[in-house]
Amino acid sequence: MMALHKLLDLFGDLGFFVRRNLTSLGLAARMFVAVILRSGFLLKRPRLVIDQILFVGNHSFVIIAVSGLFVGFVLGLQGYYTLNRYGSEQALGLLVALSLTRELGPVITALLFAGRAGTSLTAEIGLMKAGEQLSAMEMMAVDPLARVIAPRLWAGIISMPILATIFTAVGVMGGYFVGVPLIGGDSGAFWSQMQGGVDLFSDIGNGLIKSMVFGVAVTFIALYQGYEAKPTPEGVSQATTRTVVISSLSVLALDFLLTAMMFSN
Amino acid sequence: MNSGQSNSLDASTQSVGDVVVSIKDVDFSYAPGERQILSGLNMEFRRGQVVAVMGGSGCGKTTILRLIGGQFTAQSGQVLFEGKDIGKMTSDQLMAARRRMGMLFQFGALFTDLSVFENVAFPLREHTNLSEALLRSLVLMKLNAVGLRGARDLMPAQISGGMARRVALARAIALDPPLIMYDEPFAGLDPISLGITARLIRDLNNALGATSLLVTHDVEETFEIADYVYFIANGRIGAQGTPDELSRSTDPFVRQFLDAAPDGPVPFHYPGQSLTEDFGVSI
Repeated sequence: MMALHKLLDLFGDLGFFVRRNLTSLGLAARMFVAVILRSGFLLKRPRLVIDQILFVGNHSFVIIAVSGLFVGFVLGLQGYYTLNRYGSEQALGLLVALSLTRELGPVITALLFAGRAGTSLTAEIGLMKAGEQLSAMEMMAVDPLARVIAPRLWAGIISMPILATIFTAVGVMGGYFVGVPLIGGDSGAFWSQMQGGVDLFSDIGNGLIKSMVFGVAVTFIALYQGYEAKPTPEGVSQATTRTVVISSLSVLALDFLLTAMMFSN
Repeated sequence: MNSGQSNSLDASTQSVGDVVVSIKDVDFSYAPGERQILSGLNMEFRRGQVVAVMGGSGCGKTTILRLIGGQFTAQSGQVLFEGKDIGKMTSDQLMAARRRMGMLFQFGALFTDLSVFENVAFPLREHTNLSEALLRSLVLMKLNAVGLRGARDLMPAQISGGMARRVALARAIALDPPLIMYDEPFAGLDPISLGITARLIRDLNNALGATSLLVTHDVEETFEIADYVYFIANGRIGAQGTPDELSRSTDPFVRQFLDAAPDGPVPFHYPGQSLTEDFGVSI
């Protein structure tokens, strides 16, 4: 009898968990559509988006560039050791460039963006809510979704591909620095293999599309978590944590789906 | 002095056209089945008056402001602003109505990333196409009215709580609204700031010919500036009248509130198990 009760409780908890998450997903979807529909006025006031690009994009530049450099160093080293076994070290440039444009550039940029800009967006919106600033805006007949959320979402969508491009470019330079001047590989082979093997549309283009999708996902998750945070210090702190966890997992899951769609035959 | 829910303001004593906000038989709870915050509430707020809504913490005073502002919707009854039902307005109509309301939040709710000047300029920038020169003059006039013209370049983090409240007041009146709502404007203020804020509320209301709705606990300051006072208890109007009428009242609820008595119609102890049940002793 006890076992039956425990089993029923388990099903009850599972049902509650599923229902709560489905509700949350539905609310997020509604908010996303509402934000997109309210984005039209940004064409009249582009300054709002530009300011946010400075905040979420420009302030993430250093961490993205430095990370890209070190990832490039490691790719150069590991790539050289592995390719050297098969006498193919001249393909190092291609390996570094493809790894960065297709996968590491968009994915690591998105993960770093979630940690750097995503958390600050969540905390900012959560604290605005806790300080009744969003309510005050509503009472001034200003829609917070249009005035606060939409500019930040578009700033994230615009910034992410630019940051991923910077990450990739700096990473290629890091790979070159390790593979050519440091280890003594051939500079001509490094660049010519890369030029011959990297396709503008299927590699660079798909990489940029990936980073745009990640930009939508990470920025919206951060904004949604802030907007729906409990207006208390504890609520904001929990929302910030959720931003990192949910956006990181979403980026990795979306990367798998996008890779399967883009690079399968 | 009137006591009890049935004695709402007698409409025949003042012309109906004077009513700016009217609350009719409003019931409200945050979710179905949850505690009823307001039940069968009737109130009227007339042009040119400073009306105070008083009552204990959690009695639903701020909820009344949120209902008038359209941030909450009543389960039943009507909240009329200038004759139109807030609960039945479309999104655009509600936005238009809110442009004719100003609200001062409990701790100011200033935008922390904007300077004092930009905070006051915010509603003007959002809703008007004024030239920069005209906007500057208007903002400085509003700041001058609250005595903070010299603080225009400071950030919210650099000013005191009392000053923040005054900046928020300047922002609330930026569009010269006919209705100004104040949520606990005196909470946490020192005596000087408290006196300044109270005087400003009265003077600005007179100067703008507006209606001011004041949600507060502070009896002394409120009775000095208010034309009419509602006391809320258990989601209903416990008592109402002019400050003079209420001061002379012998109603136990009014007396408990005015005399700050710990026990009375509003009990000191939160309802729960009896002492006998909790301590196992009979008293």
